[in-house]
Amino acid sequence: MNPLELAGAGPGPAFEVTFDGRRIEALPGRTVAAALWAAGVTSWRTTRGGGRPRGVFCGIGVCFDCLVTVNDRPNQRACLVPARPGDVIRSQEGTGRAD
Amino acid sequence: MSEPLTCDVVVVGAGMTGAACALYAARAGLAVTVVDRGPVAGGTTGAGEGNLLVSDKAPGPELELALLSNRLWAQVAQELGRPVEYEAKGGLVVAENPETLDGLRRFADTQRAAGVTADPVPADRLHDLEPRLAPGLAGGVRYPQDAQVMPALAAAHLLRASGARLLTGREVTRVLRTADGAVRGVRTDRGDLHAPAVVNAAGTWGGELAARAGVSLPVLPRRGFVLVTEPLPPRVRHKVYAADYVADVASDSAALQTSPVVEGTAAGPVLIGASRERVGFDRSLSLPAVRALAAGATRLFPFLSGVRALRAYAGFRPYLPDHLPAIGPDPRAPGLFHACGHEGAGIGLATGTGLLIAQALTGGTPELDLTPFRPDRFPRTTKEAEQ
Repeated sequence: MNPLELAGAGPGPAFEVTFDGRRIEALPGRTVAAALWAAGVTSWRTTRGGGRPRGVFCGIGVCFDCLVTVNDRPNQRACLVPARPGDVIRSQEGTGRAD
Repeated sequence: MSEPLTCDVVVVGAGMTGAACALYAARAGLAVTVVDRGPVAGGTTGAGEGNLLVSDKAPGPELELALLSNRLWAQVAQELGRPVEYEAKGGLVVAENPETLDGLRRFADTQRAAGVTADPVPADRLHDLEPRLAPGLAGGVRYPQDAQVMPALAAAHLLRASGARLLTGREVTRVLRTADGAVRGVRTDRGDLHAPAVVNAAGTWGGELAARAGVSLPVLPRRGFVLVTEPLPPRVRHKVYAADYVADVASDSAALQTSPVVEGTAAGPVLIGASRERVGFDRSLSLPAVRALAAGATRLFPFLSGVRALRAYAGFRPYLPDHLPAIGPDPRAPGLFHACGHEGAGIGLATGTGLLIAQALTGGTPELDLTPFRPDRFPRTTKEAEQ
């Protein structure tokens, strides 16, 4: 069942953000992580050492596993940062910064 | 009550100092038990940066201990390999103006005479060493002997290498003594441990443990915050700090002092450390302290203004009134040895302390004169004087 129906939610109109250049829709109030999940994206970072895939783990801002680059700023916690219209979200490799 | 355990020496404290004491005592052939009321590296060890510094020490007993310890650290790191994240990266102390630089250069001259390698770096060469340093600094001094370890890993690996029996989550409630005063073990909340020698490596809580042995040792806490940035590619090569840091380390003031020490880590985050204030065992976050740390670090490395701090942590540096540790046998309680009170230098000084304690435990000649570190060098308390 659609979680919006389960919660009886009536969010405002969806807006667009981009993920690695691809347009995805986000609902107001959703975090970047929620918007990515809703679009079927579950991994958006690779680890610094082994290049392993990472997405949401704790979902509450504690574990720093879900780091992502938003509007050119790396290492944002996707689970905490609200998605805003026009956000440019990019998957992140390693530290997210050029050496 | 559980079955009494017997060994040659009980080390109280599973931090860096206790681990080093266990390692060198075990290598001297002693059967060692390490006991801690918390986990391994649960106190000051887990709240520091892992500085192995000679650069911030004036000639004297502490510098001699630091030089000995740094040599031992290099050996230990070679044996244990990568897991302790040992990096002989060297230190770079910078001065923001010509007056400070004069003071720094004079200080370095005295250190050089005491066996420290200290290379003056003119202003126009600073960026060869640290490309991202702020412009306009007056100059600096490079200290190739300064190094770094990851303290919690180092404590754990030294403990493992020692082969000592490790009892965590077990609090020493009393140091047991015979009728004639000699130490015969410890009482814990889960049974007694019998040994003719006990080492007090309880760090900031070393004064409390001394009291449980019936002697006084005025160890006090000095709170320090460390800021941790998001992981970065290698950007800071040395341990970099402003010359004011040395004055802060030696200071007797209770007020907040924050000269930043900036360093990269093997894991990626940059550590910004060295706030110092005397507020007892208060763990609450001090915004002025971390703000001053951030501001100071950004003054040294402007690129940090675009970097996020992920978290801050605090610890308590154990200090004694004369800012020297207590190392060696306690004549007031035969069989009791102290190895605590290293203030913010305990990781660096741990190896030398461990070796000296092992030498004292086995009746050998200590590598350094222990007189300046005597645990009974402080005035007696009224209570003791009455006894």
